[in-house]
Amino acid sequence: MAYSDKVLDHYENPRNVGSLDKNDPSVGTGMVGAPACGDVMKLQIKVNEEGIIEDAKFKTYGCGSAIASSSLVTELIKGKSLDQAMEIKNSDIAEELALPPVKIHCSVLAEDAIRAAITDLRTKQGIKDEQVA
Amino acid sequence: MSNLHKNHFELLGLTAQFALDTQLLDQHYRQLQAEVHPDRFAAASSTERMQSMQWATQVNEAYQTLKQPTARARYILALKGVDTEEENNTSMPADFLMLQMEWREAVEEAYDARDLAALDKLLGDMRQESQDLQDMLAATLDQQQAWQEAAGMVRKLSFIDKIRADVAHKISKLEDE
Repeated sequence: MAYSDKVLDHYENPRNVGSLDKNDPSVGTGMVGAPACGDVMKLQIKVNEEGIIEDAKFKTYGCGSAIASSSLVTELIKGKSLDQAMEIKNSDIAEELALPPVKIHCSVLAEDAIRAAITDLRTKQGIKDEQVA
Repeated sequence: MSNLHKNHFELLGLTAQFALDTQLLDQHYRQLQAEVHPDRFAAASSTERMQSMQWATQVNEAYQTLKQPTARARYILALKGVDTEEENNTSMPADFLMLQMEWREAVEEAYDARDLAALDKLLGDMRQESQDLQDMLAATLDQQQAWQEAAGMVRKLSFIDKIRADVAHKISKLEDE
């Protein structure tokens, strides 16, 4: 399958690969997996005192589309509030990367990873999360 | 040929459960295969030949599905109307995902270092994890009939199948070089 230029760009030069300290109270960690393709994705966010995501890191084992989706997501969420980040939809990711229909689940994985990271952070900080609860 | 409406277990004359006598499966499969072999219908009408082809395809599909544990569990759940959600359920237990990450990292390292012994060891660990899950599935499906719990186990097995295939592929690649 031919990957789009944007997928190739993120795949060859992934942004924000790595880890943040998961014990840091300002860091939220989201881990998700896609049974159908065996992909695993870890997304971590660090928020500042104003509740803005100031850093994001990912580690993904999977196909090019899964890596590109997580790379793009780290770029998209930086500088956003948690509520704004929650609004990112998998269709935004799929559209930006021009993912073919068979690779849409990679963008779903990335969206779920954001939600999981935010939920983890909110749980840690004791903030009641009505949207995800 | 009134077999087209039968489910895979009925077709192969087996009890619809996860715990399976694989020798019996093989034996019934070979018997059926001989019955439906296209050669036996060489002189038959085109309708009969067509039916025998369909039947042979169905027998093959039934055999392949029941033989492979993940496919068998998925099929049993489908008969119960339960979707295993392998396409869209991404919220696996954290410890399981952590193990997947660790395995992926270890596989990558071993492959880069061309360490066949380490890859073999990893493959052994994965086989064991898969076997443990299959033992749990037998109890969960056949005795407890806890379908949703079983669906979660199928999602795990699906993961392990993928990484096992990947490691096996890497091992044969290193052996070929």
